[in-house]
Parts: sequence; C-alpha cells; structure tokens
Amino acid sequence: MTGLSPQQLIDLTYIVAAVLFILSLKWLSSPVTARHGVLAGEIGAALAVGATLFNPELVQYRWIVIALIIGAGIGVPLGMVHMTAVPQRTALSHAFGALSATMIGIAEYYVRAPQVTKFGMVEIGLEVIIGSLTFTGSLIAAGKLQEILPQRPITYRGQNIVSLSVLGTAVVLALILVIHPAYMKLFPAMVGVALFFGVLLVTPIGGADMPTVISLLNSYAGLSAALLGFVLNSKVLVVAGALDGSSGFILSVIMCKAMNRSFTNVLFGAFGQEQVAAAGHVEARPVHSATADEAAAILAAANKVVIVPGYGMAVAQAQHKVRELYDALAKRGIDVKFGIHPVAGRMPGHMNVLLAEADIPYDKLLDMDVVNGEFPQTDVALVIGANDVTNPAARNETGSPIYGMPILDVDKARTVMVIKRSMSPGFAGIDNPLYYLDRTLMLFGDAKAFVGDIVRELGGTHQ
Amino acid sequence: MPSDFISNLFVFILAGFVGFEVIKRVSPLLHTPLMSLTNALDAIVVVAAIIIAGRHETMLSTVLGIIAVGASFSNMVGGFLITDRMLRMFKTGKSKKS
Repeated sequence: MTGLSPQQLIDLTYIVAAVLFILSLKWLSSPVTARHGVLAGEIGAALAVGATLFNPELVQYRWIVIALIIGAGIGVPLGMVHMTAVPQRTALSHAFGALSATMIGIAEYYVRAPQVTKFGMVEIGLEVIIGSLTFTGSLIAAGKLQEILPQRPITYRGQNIVSLSVLGTAVVLALILVIHPAYMKLFPAMVGVALFFGVLLVTPIGGADMPTVISLLNSYAGLSAALLGFVLNSKVLVVAGALDGSSGFILSVIMCKAMNRSFTNVLFGAFGQEQVAAAGHVEARPVHSATADEAAAILAAANKVVIVPGYGMAVAQAQHKVRELYDALAKRGIDVKFGIHPVAGRMPGHMNVLLAEADIPYDKLLDMDVVNGEFPQTDVALVIGANDVTNPAARNETGSPIYGMPILDVDKARTVMVIKRSMSPGFAGIDNPLYYLDRTLMLFGDAKAFVGDIVRELGGTHQ
Repeated sequence: MPSDFISNLFVFILAGFVGFEVIKRVSPLLHTPLMSLTNALDAIVVVAAIIIAGRHETMLSTVLGIIAVGASFSNMVGGFLITDRMLRMFKTGKSKKS
C-alpha cells in the first residue's frame, strides 16, 4: 500500500467512528449492554474529534481550544442536572445541536456566496431553514418544560394560516436565492423568518404533547446535521444525522400512536381548544374518597398491586416516596409492578428514568401492552398523578376528544385508587369517568405527602 | 446533479435504514437515554465546526465556527455524561440487593 494522505487517514478514522456510533445504538437495546453503548459512542466521538484536529487545512487552534473548553464547561453541568430536569435539558440540547448546524451552514454560505451553485444553495437553504426553526422551537419547548413559559397551548384564530405563511415565506426566500444567487441580502431575512417560524411552531403546543414535540425536534436536529453533511460532503455527519433523525422519527411515531393522533394533528391541532368545549358540561357526580389509613389497609390486604405513575408524580417529586411504598409492600410479599404509558410524563421514557433513579428495579416497569394483560388479576391499581392515560372514555365514548387513544386499563383492576389534588379535570381538560366508578377511591392530596402517609400507615400496622 | 450528492444520499439512506432497524429494538424503558445518546452522537457536527473555525477564511466564518464548536461540544460532553448517569441507575431486583 502506498502512503495514505492525512486526509485519507482522517476519513478512515471517521469510518471507524461511524461504525462505533451504530454499535453504540445497537448496544442500547438492552439495559444490560447499554453502558457499553455509551463507551462505544464516546470512543467514536473522541477518535473523530482527535483526527479532525490533524486536518492540514486548520491554520489556527487557539480559538478552537478555547471553544472546546467553554463547550465542556457548559456540557458538564448540563450533564449533571437533576433527573427531573431531563426533559428541558434534552430540549435545550436539541437547540444547541441545531444552533451549531445552523451556524456552520451560515458560515459556509458566506464563504461561498455569491458563487453558490444552484444545487449547493438548495442544500444550504434547506439545512439552514430546518436548523433555525429547530433552534427556536427547541428553546420554546425548553422554556415551557422549565415553566418559564406557560405550558398551556397558546392559540389564536387563524394561527395555522399565519404559521404556514411564515414557513412559506422562508421557502420562497430560499428559492429566490437559488435562482438569483446575487441577492445575498435575502439570506439573513430567510434565517430570521425561519427562526420566527420555530417560535410559532411550538408556542401553540401544550405540555401534554411535549413527548411528541420533543421527539419531532430531535428528528429535525438530526436532519439538519445530515443536511449539513450533504452541504460539506461529510459522510460522518450524514451517518450521525441519519441515526439521530431516524431515532427521533421512530419516537415521534410511537408517541403519536400512543395518543392516537397524527403529526399534523399534534402540530396544528391546537389540542387545548377542542377540550374547552368538551369540558363545558361536567356535572358534579358523587365520588368515593378514602384516607391514607384506609388506603394502606386495602393495599396491605392485596396480593397484586400495579402502580401507574404520571406527570403529577414528577411534579410532586414523589418518586422516592413511591420507592418506599414499593419496599413496604414488597416486604409484605405483595407483588408490585409499575404500568407505564408511552406518553406518561413530558418525554419518551420519562417515568422509567425517574423510577430507576429512585432505585426501583427496571424489571418491575412494564409497558402498556404487557401491563394491560395483568389488570384483570390485579387487586389494586394505584394511579399517581396520571389522568388522561387512564381515562376509560378513550375506549368507549366515541364523542370524547381522546376516543381511540390506547390507555392503561386500570378500571379492570378490583380496586382503583387515584391520588389527585382535587377533582379539577386534568391537563387536557377532559372529565375522567374512572373517578366515578364504584370501585374507585379518590385519595385527595399532594402525591408525595399522600404516598408518605400510606407508607407510614403500612409501617405502623406492620410493627 | 453533483455526484457528491448521489454518494451522500446513498450513505444517508443506508444509515437511515440501519438506524431504523437498530433503534426500533431499543426497549421503551430506555427511550430517554436513547434521546440523550443520539444527541451526543449528533454533536459530531463539532468536527465540521472545528474545520470552519480553524480554516480562518473570513472573520464571520471563524466566529460562527467557534460558536458552533462550543455549542456542539457542550452537547457531546453533556449528552454522554447524562446518558451514562441515567443508565447506571437502571438495575434489576437482583443486582440492586448486591
């Protein structure tokens, strides 16, 4: 073999990195091998970054090193956030990824312009539009998740027409730039309009739809990286972007299916509005409520308990108390499992991470399909901070806005207990017939405090 | 249509297929770590950022490149870190007691 040029050596390293990235995701398929996956990804990334630093085209290093140090300085605290902050951290990292891809696309444009080929301009235009809208959209999502911005959907009449015409404007500006490369002044306008569209895209979307939106933004962030790979003719970016994009896409599809909605319905459906009408005729019906000691007595007499956590558990930070409840029940020989709906929480897998953080063994965390087969043999289903995902109206009320959405069949358990602050309807504003069943006991109070009270009662009767 | 585009499209479609096949096997249990890991892998755009910044072609391209290096490297470091922290928490009943 004759000598390899430095560029060829770098490219070979990139191939190794791309293979390691694929292995990384492959090993993530099971919790047993998942940490090897992280290591493979880290090695791949380190090789690729290390090799790039030997690129003969580089003429200055000082600012690169400073930027890498600052990046690590921001990255470490973002990697150390509390588990309850993971959804907003994830949204923020979509924003950073999109920001990076957008900055590079813009830089590349100004290096080439006005001598951009028509085809090159198509690629850059698409890349920069998707990157920009992902950047601002993710920032808005992060703001909503951090509750800096209101979580409820913000809607107004004619919203979709306004949003779509803004996106249309960005596309038209890009097309003009393709046809007339000399109109360079239109480029910043295109970027600005695309950034604005990102804000319009996510502002109307409510907190309960965040799992889908965060997955879609993940997919866009991957797509913008892959498109950047097209612009720069960099295969490693194309591969990494395609992997990230397909991951986000798969998750979006899973989330949409779990809500029985389409992408367009999530993005343009303005979920909040339909429900206002549906919530209008809520009549006051009697419910059965119970105290902590009554709940503890029923749980103590059970053989099989399924706990169904939702966003309310995350808000109340009740996962550690839930762990104590799990321990107290398991000590009595009661079979305790957790039923997890795909859209419970604010991002895919949110509940699993919180429960794992509280040291609950992951083999007790069951998917919707598995756990639904177990409810008929379950003595007590304990719902903590979940609402719409347990609403039987989704199964049998054709008029309900959530009709058709797959739910956790908690109403098939012998006794249902629901920890809830009050009877006010849940996030989506839909009344839940589950609460009025004879077998349902409402446990009114803060999730963390109430679970703590049950644990105390269980401990007291035990000793 | 430039030939680079065709070869990139080739890679994109194959990588998309591999991604689809591999990722659909990921347990729903690990969907949050999946998202943070793919974020970290996606941060490989840092290599393009390093080149744009290091070529020092124009002041603008260098400044934008440096911002991009910082933004993507923070994703890379933070993404791997939090993914590993999350995965360390996933234990079975047996390993928990040990």
